[in-house]
Amino acid sequence: MLWLIWLLVTIMLASWLGYAMLAERADRSVFMPGALSPGHHQLQPACASCHTDPLGGREVLQDACIKCHGDERRKPFDSHPKTKFQDPRNADRLDNIDALHCTTCHTEHQPGITAGNGLTQPRDLCFHCHRDVAEDRPSHAGMAFTSCASGGCHNFHDNRALYTKFLINHLDEPDLLDVPVVPAREFAGMLDQIIDYPLARYPQRPLGLEDADATFRVVLAHDSNPHEDWAATAHARSGVNCSACHRATAQDGSVVRWINLPDADVCGTCHGLEVERFGKGKHGMKQAAGLPPLQVSEARLPMQEDAAHERLTCNSCHAAHRYDVHYAASEACLRCHADEHTLAYKGSPHQLLWERELRGELPAGSGVSCATCHLPRVDMKASEWLTRITVDHNQGANLAPNSKMIRTTCLHCHGLAFSIDALADRSLVASNFTGRPSVHVRTMDLAAAEAERRATASGKDDDTSMFGF
Amino acid sequence: MSIKMKLTAGLAVGLAIGVAYAAEPGSDMVSVKAMADALHMVMDSDRTVYTKTIVNRLVKQEKVIKASEHFEDDKALALPAQMFRFGAEMVAERASGNPEVNFSYSLQSLWPVNRQNAPKTDAEKAGLRFVADNVGKNYYTTETLGGQKYFTAIYPDIGVAPVCVACHNAHPDSPKKDFKLGDVMGGVVIRIPVGS
Repeated sequence: MLWLIWLLVTIMLASWLGYAMLAERADRSVFMPGALSPGHHQLQPACASCHTDPLGGREVLQDACIKCHGDERRKPFDSHPKTKFQDPRNADRLDNIDALHCTTCHTEHQPGITAGNGLTQPRDLCFHCHRDVAEDRPSHAGMAFTSCASGGCHNFHDNRALYTKFLINHLDEPDLLDVPVVPAREFAGMLDQIIDYPLARYPQRPLGLEDADATFRVVLAHDSNPHEDWAATAHARSGVNCSACHRATAQDGSVVRWINLPDADVCGTCHGLEVERFGKGKHGMKQAAGLPPLQVSEARLPMQEDAAHERLTCNSCHAAHRYDVHYAASEACLRCHADEHTLAYKGSPHQLLWERELRGELPAGSGVSCATCHLPRVDMKASEWLTRITVDHNQGANLAPNSKMIRTTCLHCHGLAFSIDALADRSLVASNFTGRPSVHVRTMDLAAAEAERRATASGKDDDTSMFGF
Repeated sequence: MSIKMKLTAGLAVGLAIGVAYAAEPGSDMVSVKAMADALHMVMDSDRTVYTKTIVNRLVKQEKVIKASEHFEDDKALALPAQMFRFGAEMVAERASGNPEVNFSYSLQSLWPVNRQNAPKTDAEKAGLRFVADNVGKNYYTTETLGGQKYFTAIYPDIGVAPVCVACHNAHPDSPKKDFKLGDVMGGVVIRIPVGS
């Protein structure tokens, strides 16, 4: 009798586990070996985002990492790309650390050993290859290898802000630059160069209310005048009519149906780069993985209680028809986020500048909204052959560590020395930069000493890396 | 010569060719050394064209743009050595997905601006010294790295333009400051996996 019960229990257990493993919508949390890192926790219901083959091994996981993070994992963005370690002459380095696989340093489901940036290696891992750094850089003699990344200086992947010549070029800059302004976005002025943009269907010409091709009038609870709102936008000014977003068409151009609530795919018809980057950040990664959009209550950061049930779509920040970019740049963030840094924004020097810009007292680009720093304007690749200054909708791209923000954001307005110190000062970050840095990072001191050494050695200012007329 | 002799001679030549062909069944294939030489010829020619037609012409002759090691930040042309390295990077990426044509190459020097580009393996050390000491000669050897055997060819890299020499002599990280035009400044190392 006992063996019969044992057999039945075994069959039931095997069936349940088999169902959980194979059924498309089954809850697979029983297989979770440990909690996911902050970077990936949203993907918990979608194991297949990373484990694309249930029987796959390390290479399957590697492909999954590259699928989302591959764009930044090559030179010049990454100073330790895989290709560097594929070179046979570096085969001996692989004996120390397998730098060909992301999971060597970023092992998932290991919360007990996971540090910031999902790192699961000891912090002194640089020692393996750079133990003789002081021979090249005597100034680094005696520095602890645990301080390479934590001291606000180096990053394993994105190390671009810190090459010596760059530091030397930015010596002696004032804390606040003479013309503190961020670059303007590039889009409407270069539509003819963006191959994917449907310019033939929506020629670039200003449209007025009388041109609206949704002839029926609707009254919406949240938005009582969609036509008037639209007529005041860049959409109307650029010839983008109601039908551009609301009308689904077949290949031959014939109208298939009216879309009441256009989704990210529709936005992506023209704003593909923005939608793609949105899907790579925490705001859009669930949606990009085929899951329901992120609900605010799922976030691990402190959030406003009354926003708990909001879901993150394009329209969360860019409310339909008005597409108010000023609202999206600041108020939209404050509606959900409630951490110390966010709550300290109102009344901060940055926010006061933003208010003045909105009142027209300062030139465009002089104010500092949330988006100025967290969704910065970056010269991004719009295709293999074209770049345009775009709002990077991956809000995490210049965080973790925050020194990535130096190039994309801080240096538009501040000197490098001030920026490095400010970002290393946690209390200053918490107060949303109300005050001055109380922390000093030695990076620029070392650069100044190196500049002096070079000038003494060559008898002239160092500009030898640049050749010209 | 009689017709008989002609026939005999023709038969002998045909037989010799046939025997030679049969004795070396792979003789219609390019040898690994010839492949390395051909690769180097392409690499060297492309870089020379870039140096002369793009960099030297625009920087020194037409004076419309600068060339810089930090070309992105300086909004300038990439240096010829960087153009060469970026090609090597792209090949590494593409070749890793196609083992049939797997090979790698790099630009190294006994006097590197970046210490990462100093010779590292015994073959590199011996080869770079050889091409520096024996003007006009290449160095060929085999070596085993990470359990894989490689045919390794090292070619002298000559300072062909004044900008090459001037940059290295003036660079703060260069360990040698007295290069002259035509000097061997380093070497191109090409590795092709062979056997097992």
